[in-house]
Amino acid sequence: MTIASLLATPSELTDTASSKSAVVLMTRIRLARNLAGKPFPGWAREAQRAEVLAACQEALLASAPMKRGAHAAVSALTELEKQMLVERHLISRELSGSPAGSGVVINKDQTVSVMINEEDHLRIQVLRSGFQLKKAWNFINALDTELEARLDYAFSPRLGYLTACPTNLGTGMRASAMMHLPALVIAGQMEKIVRAVNQLGMVVRGLFGEGSDASGSIFQISNQTTLGESEEAIIKRLGSVLESIIEHELNARAKLVESDATKLFDKIGRAYGILQNCHQLTSTEAMNLLSLLRLGIDLGVFPEDGRAIIDRLFIESQPGHIQRSAQHDLESNQRDILRAERLRLEFAQFAKPNFTINGQN
Amino acid sequence: MASPLKCDLCPNPATVHLTQIVNNKVHKVDLCEACAQSKGVTDPSGFSLADLLLKASLNPEAPTAGVRCEQCGFTQNDFKKHGRFGCPQCYATFSTLVEPMLDNMHKGTAHAGKIPERALERKSLHERIAELETNLDKAVKSELYEDAARFRDEINQLKQAFEHPKSAL
Repeated sequence: MTIASLLATPSELTDTASSKSAVVLMTRIRLARNLAGKPFPGWAREAQRAEVLAACQEALLASAPMKRGAHAAVSALTELEKQMLVERHLISRELSGSPAGSGVVINKDQTVSVMINEEDHLRIQVLRSGFQLKKAWNFINALDTELEARLDYAFSPRLGYLTACPTNLGTGMRASAMMHLPALVIAGQMEKIVRAVNQLGMVVRGLFGEGSDASGSIFQISNQTTLGESEEAIIKRLGSVLESIIEHELNARAKLVESDATKLFDKIGRAYGILQNCHQLTSTEAMNLLSLLRLGIDLGVFPEDGRAIIDRLFIESQPGHIQRSAQHDLESNQRDILRAERLRLEFAQFAKPNFTINGQN
Repeated sequence: MASPLKCDLCPNPATVHLTQIVNNKVHKVDLCEACAQSKGVTDPSGFSLADLLLKASLNPEAPTAGVRCEQCGFTQNDFKKHGRFGCPQCYATFSTLVEPMLDNMHKGTAHAGKIPERALERKSLHERIAELETNLDKAVKSELYEDAARFRDEINQLKQAFEHPKSAL
């Protein structure tokens, strides 16, 4: 399977059957692993990187979950392919800009992706739609154990898995959830939440990781520390932080409906109107409008089955995905026109809002 | 008036003073405006003091200042520049540099998670075979053929165990 044919099929996140969760869009766990006796990718010479890439690729393609997956050297991917992989959260921006000797292996349903020679030799990642930390951990743990039978990991009994950056030592694990928190954003409570979450040893980032903005009111929450705790303990701690954020978000929603339903429904109704009638739409604006519609679904303004459509459009509205549907290179304003056209089409079929069902009591 | 604080990252006077509490530990940092900007301190969501402290804690008088990693040639200065190490061995080479950082950076300083048991088993097996091969050589040289035969049998056994591992999957 090639990366190109993989990109032609919907990802785990764009999978229409999967979006049942109101607040957590996606769960993700990654493990950083390195091979013993080999310099880390950032310090290795090109020949050494190539050697590690070959060894890792071979071990991965022999493992059960990756057997019929797609693999490619980063240098063999087009800019557009790389961008689409980033938009699907299958590779990082760092990997897409990395020098020769980097690669990626992705399984068929795009729930597992392994970056080779990013910051570490291996960055194994498992994605699950919705709130599924335990399932994601069980899966990635088994894959890691399988790889360990073929690869000699750099490990110290005292410091755990040795990673290029000391901030990843120990478990090498970062578990995260992508959360949709529109009510906390509208209510101006995000800053408070970020501070509280930081104090609990967790980090809040935007949709595309470090330094990215939180368009669409989507945030990534993950553990900050990796050493001194078991994977299960980290996941448990993260899980309870996530539960409490969900609770705050749901409370904030209830309060918004209670205090000023008209204002909230006005926002949702306008978003719906724009998505049906716009002719020019930036990706940030699209994200924000889609976010309001998703909130509308959660509040019962639109039927439940719309959620999967919104979650798919969150990804398909990104610049790379819009560019792919065009025949030739687009300027960003041409992309905005095409994006508006695509969304108009999608929302021509979308269910009409019903503002009487919920929230008025 | 007291003399102004110096920036933790450069010689300029510090004007930005930041305190972050992570895992109930207080992290403090003093920066000049330029460094604060370039390190993204102004963006509270994407910023972690741990990364910053990691670099600030490096001082040129550290005992590892002149040391070079035997395996990969990495030096403390390289770490200061990249914020990443050169190879797994660097953690042993620069242990006096790493250890004090960890307390600030992590919940604990000792690994409490998964252990790659199969990889470690394989490693100890390799080491045992290497040891036996040395013994075998010695025994042959000293014409202790009974011992040599014993070593050879044990090596063969271990090699077989390695080639046909208990299928754990």
